[in-house]
Amino acid sequence: MGVSEPGHRPRLAVWKFASCDGCQLTLLDCEDELLSIAAELEIAYFLEASSAAGPGPYDLSLVEGSITTAEDAERVRHVRRVSKRLVTIGACATAGGIQALRDFADVREFTSVVYARPEYIATLERSTPISAHVPVDFELRGCPIDKRQLLEVITAYLADRRPVVPRHSVCVECKARGNVCVLVAHGTPCLGPVTQAGCGALCPAFNRGCYGCFGPGETTNSRALNRQLRTLGMSDPDLVRVYRTFNATEEPFRRASEEAEDDA
Amino acid sequence: MEGDISPIVWSVRGTVEMDVVVWSLEPLVAALRSAGYSVVGPTVKDGAVRLAEISSAAELPAGTGDAQEPGHYRLTERDDDLVFGFAASPDSAKRFTQPPRQTLFRMRDREIEEVEPEAPRVALLGVRACDLAAMAVQDRVFLGGRHPDPAYRRRREALFLVAVNCAVPGGTCFCVSMGTGPKATAGFDLALTELAAPHRFLIETGSERGAEIVTAIPHQAATGDDVAAAEEVSRTAAGRMGRTVDTAGVQEWLPAAHDHPRWDDVASRCLACTNCTMVCPTCFCSTVEDVTDLSGEVAERSERWDSCFTLDFSEVGGAPVRGSQRGRYRQWLTHKFATWFDQFGTSGCVGCGRCITWCPTGIDVTEELSCIR
Repeated sequence: MGVSEPGHRPRLAVWKFASCDGCQLTLLDCEDELLSIAAELEIAYFLEASSAAGPGPYDLSLVEGSITTAEDAERVRHVRRVSKRLVTIGACATAGGIQALRDFADVREFTSVVYARPEYIATLERSTPISAHVPVDFELRGCPIDKRQLLEVITAYLADRRPVVPRHSVCVECKARGNVCVLVAHGTPCLGPVTQAGCGALCPAFNRGCYGCFGPGETTNSRALNRQLRTLGMSDPDLVRVYRTFNATEEPFRRASEEAEDDA
Repeated sequence: MEGDISPIVWSVRGTVEMDVVVWSLEPLVAALRSAGYSVVGPTVKDGAVRLAEISSAAELPAGTGDAQEPGHYRLTERDDDLVFGFAASPDSAKRFTQPPRQTLFRMRDREIEEVEPEAPRVALLGVRACDLAAMAVQDRVFLGGRHPDPAYRRRREALFLVAVNCAVPGGTCFCVSMGTGPKATAGFDLALTELAAPHRFLIETGSERGAEIVTAIPHQAATGDDVAAAEEVSRTAAGRMGRTVDTAGVQEWLPAAHDHPRWDDVASRCLACTNCTMVCPTCFCSTVEDVTDLSGEVAERSERWDSCFTLDFSEVGGAPVRGSQRGRYRQWLTHKFATWFDQFGTSGCVGCGRCITWCPTGIDVTEELSCIR
């Protein structure tokens, strides 16, 4: 037994950077388990749930969001300093998120179109994951993260064991769930074969193709998948777009979209 | 092989000596349900023929066919009312013999709690010859050797198998090449052959409990014409295989082709997504996962389907032994067709064609083998 000593509950902190709050809300979505979590962990800092901000240091920090400003790049170093374990939650924190689409363009053009007074906007050229700034102990993927996986990561932390979060493809979960393959049986474009499992194959269970919100899996032969998606009628611009969502700058997905762009 | 395989015992041809003919499957479904079985048969769901529990023969997919090609599956409308006018479903019996996930045991306050394996009494209606052959392969895997799996045995014995002789093989079928079909010859409780003009079913009996079901439903003795018509169905089906493969000498030439350039070619098309292994009725690999609860008082070990295409599968000392798709595909194909003989005394492939149909990029094992040969 490692992390908790008798009479001492490990202290939990939840942090937000550039993000939509959906991943930290997943912690509040653990309705049936919240009391058990609170029994095992002192929820010391979680502004989404309480404005009472307990002081550091913290035993476990869950970090949501990407780094898009100079202030946040500094703040995440502080978070690292006051955290014994740092776990990033969600596509923004692990991959830069949807806001990393700026990496493929000029962010000043975006701000000039979106904001009435773009000169008020101080933002970085790129949206980067937490791991680009500080050492990260574990990355939990998903947009948003999966509640069961979040519980597993917290539970594994408490037991000081490796979390059961496999990196294989969505197809493994899809078949176990008993879904019919939407790509083969319906001709629906699906990123399941190149996407990491964790969602329980949610979209295919409702006859939708996987759109890759958990990011690239352990093996990504996107060139082969792209060939098949083209056969199903996907255009090259659509192929580029399908990889450029929440994990667009994760290397295998970036490569996949650039391959499609080059081939176009 | 060490130990006794002691296969599931099927008495050869039960008390019903003669084949019989029935005009409807409704009494059969009712009789199986009365005998305490959930009847699971083919139904149409989500654009595919899926195995699901049925309460009436009216739920069977009469008039439904399928078109199967590498990486492609579509339902079709038949111009007749054949109830079994389609080839292999994406579902095989594996889901019932080896469920995707099962809890093995639980520890509570450092005491081990045994978990009863679930072994529901299920009558599988519409099992094909390739599926029966696959169950025989799985029987050797799980019941042979020094460590037979009692949970598998319980699930297997709880299954009542109603085979259907294939009338309409699919575009990816090659059971004739593998010597497993299209006619079911063993391992069933009952075997149906669907006959047309007039529409009726010839039933062969393969076990005592099968015979008991037959005596409980209205039937008449099969005539010579009925038997001849059934033989013609299987003969015609055998001539309609979508694919063939020549496996003569495969135990020698496939393992010897370790450095064949075709492995790089297939690796360029393989997604390592695991679909081939998940749909394969004989692929049996699993992994165990240990989890705890928040309080740390309860730990649970479960077993779930795994695949030789995942990196975790061959992880030793923190790194995978088979890191490349080339190595993983070669391992799978070589094991399935060649080294399975060394391990279990049979081929691991029964020619059902599922791995070909359900490969998202349409990799065809028969084509790969003929290129490597």
